[in-house]
Amino acid sequence: MSDPIVVDRRLPRGGAYPALVELTLARLREFVREPEALFWTFLFPMVMSVAMALAFPSKAMQPVRVGVLTGAAELRQALKADAGIALRDVAPGNELRALREGDVDVIVVPGSPPTYRFDPTREQSRSARLVVDDVLKRAAGRSDPWTAHEDAVQIAGSRYVDWLIPGIVCLGIMNNGMWSIGFMTVQARLRKLLKRLAASPMKKREYLLAQMFARLVFLGPEVAVPLLFGVIAFGMPVNGTVLNIAGVSLVGALMFGAVGLLLGSRVKTIEAISGLMNLFSVPMWVLSGVFFSSSNFPAMTQPVIKVLPLTALVDAMRAVVLEGSTLGAIRGELVIMLSWAVVAFAIALKIFKWR
Amino acid sequence: MTQLAARCQNLRKTYGSVVAVDGLSLDVVRGECFGLLGPNGAGKTTTIEILEGLLVPDAGEVEVLGLRWNRDEHELRQRLGIQLQESQFTDKLTVEETIRMFRSFYDRGRSVDELLALVELESKRSSWVVKLSGGQRQRLSVACALVGDPDMLFLDEPSTGLDPQSRRQLWSVLERFRAGGGTILLTTHYMDEAEVLCDRVAVVDHGKVIALDTPKALVSALGAPKTIVHEGTLEDVFMSLTGRLLRDE
Repeated sequence: MSDPIVVDRRLPRGGAYPALVELTLARLREFVREPEALFWTFLFPMVMSVAMALAFPSKAMQPVRVGVLTGAAELRQALKADAGIALRDVAPGNELRALREGDVDVIVVPGSPPTYRFDPTREQSRSARLVVDDVLKRAAGRSDPWTAHEDAVQIAGSRYVDWLIPGIVCLGIMNNGMWSIGFMTVQARLRKLLKRLAASPMKKREYLLAQMFARLVFLGPEVAVPLLFGVIAFGMPVNGTVLNIAGVSLVGALMFGAVGLLLGSRVKTIEAISGLMNLFSVPMWVLSGVFFSSSNFPAMTQPVIKVLPLTALVDAMRAVVLEGSTLGAIRGELVIMLSWAVVAFAIALKIFKWR
Repeated sequence: MTQLAARCQNLRKTYGSVVAVDGLSLDVVRGECFGLLGPNGAGKTTTIEILEGLLVPDAGEVEVLGLRWNRDEHELRQRLGIQLQESQFTDKLTVEETIRMFRSFYDRGRSVDELLALVELESKRSSWVVKLSGGQRQRLSVACALVGDPDMLFLDEPSTGLDPQSRRQLWSVLERFRAGGGTILLTTHYMDEAEVLCDRVAVVDHGKVIALDTPKALVSALGAPKTIVHEGTLEDVFMSLTGRLLRDE
């Protein structure tokens, strides 16, 4: 019997995988060999979540800050006794400044009766006024008909940090997608690598697809790391299934990959692509409800804000992560995202400059 | 009839008011090494890029391997090897990974090992591109041009910036390619390179061919300075044809 013929199916064509695989691998290798890229992808979302959670803790626990003009020992005594009040001395003449700079929420001017000086347009000031008023009246001998039982609960999932983290995950999907693809594309054009590739029989569509596929490989950890961080560090609830979260992330990443490709399709300098990316993404940092609800913006702007790529992704992500929505329930957002992806990719393929 | 590997007739290409190529015609015979000589800005690169199908001429006819760019781009790309001036490969890919990626674009061709041996880069197989010397990068670039086992090779200033050893190594790779029946079209600034490698050269200036023959015939046609100091070289021909003024691009 003759020796069996060994066919090496792993690497056909002179030692190479199919072009789409090789191009994707090349892009991935480039990425993992760039330490800065790893920082931006994985560490940045965590640093951001911690910073935001520290800056905006859940407000229920915070004492109200009350300023008292120097002197007035009796009044001071009464206010100090209450745990919900943080007392500060304010020198006469400095009252308005202390209020303006947010050092205190309300100022009590001694007198009979005392005067509350506060800004009624600020929520904190209004609640501080109520607390102070209650404490002082009780100290003055008011008798209450009854005292209610208080049942303090804190519902995980309704805190700011729970709302914030899915938004930050989306911000990461946007930034990494646009910057990694747009930037690398422009760099390859600058180095005339694109021109060299165009001189080979490489299929141009495959090159562009490979850039997007390479993005998807790291999408898993990129989304999972900040979400797990939220679960472990803040006890954030994740009500959606892994599959649905993955689905939303995938569509979001494809969308921003395509957008990055489109933005980088003709630009010839790093400065120009940076400018273009910022022009496109910075408004969405503000408008798309990552850090504060986009419902704060006027009603007439809402239709526009709703169809922004980042808004669609953030809304879909929060619905899935926090409310456990199914993909069917967020199909509106998915359609918006897929439309962006398809249109951006098609235009990019059409207008892409290889030299 | 001799078979033509490439021919172009009355090529014209302008950039705004600058005429880069001005009615240029060339025939490259199969199996020969053809050199385009000329000072900076003479139109060499524009001409070779038109032949490579990277630029579309404003006017004129181009045929490569009997095929046309507008009809047969896919087949042409499969059968041509191209090296561009100044194109840089990805810094953080290794030599092997780079060749492998290029190999994947071609339906047929040489193996990665074969190419590494051919350009003598086996010892650099796992080095990142960014760590390579200028000569090594150029050899990698030649390897990528040869990866599809092409019928014809286009090289734009292949030995610019190379040290003498690297140049000779490059020349020997090109001679082996020709020994296998391949056709070469190259541009160069170096007269000695043209004398060593090229069967025929065209001197190009202001977008036109101003002389075309074998290096030897060109030298003797100059009526060469028959001095005792040195015999005429192609360098003398070049200077006499294009003048001694410095050309800045």
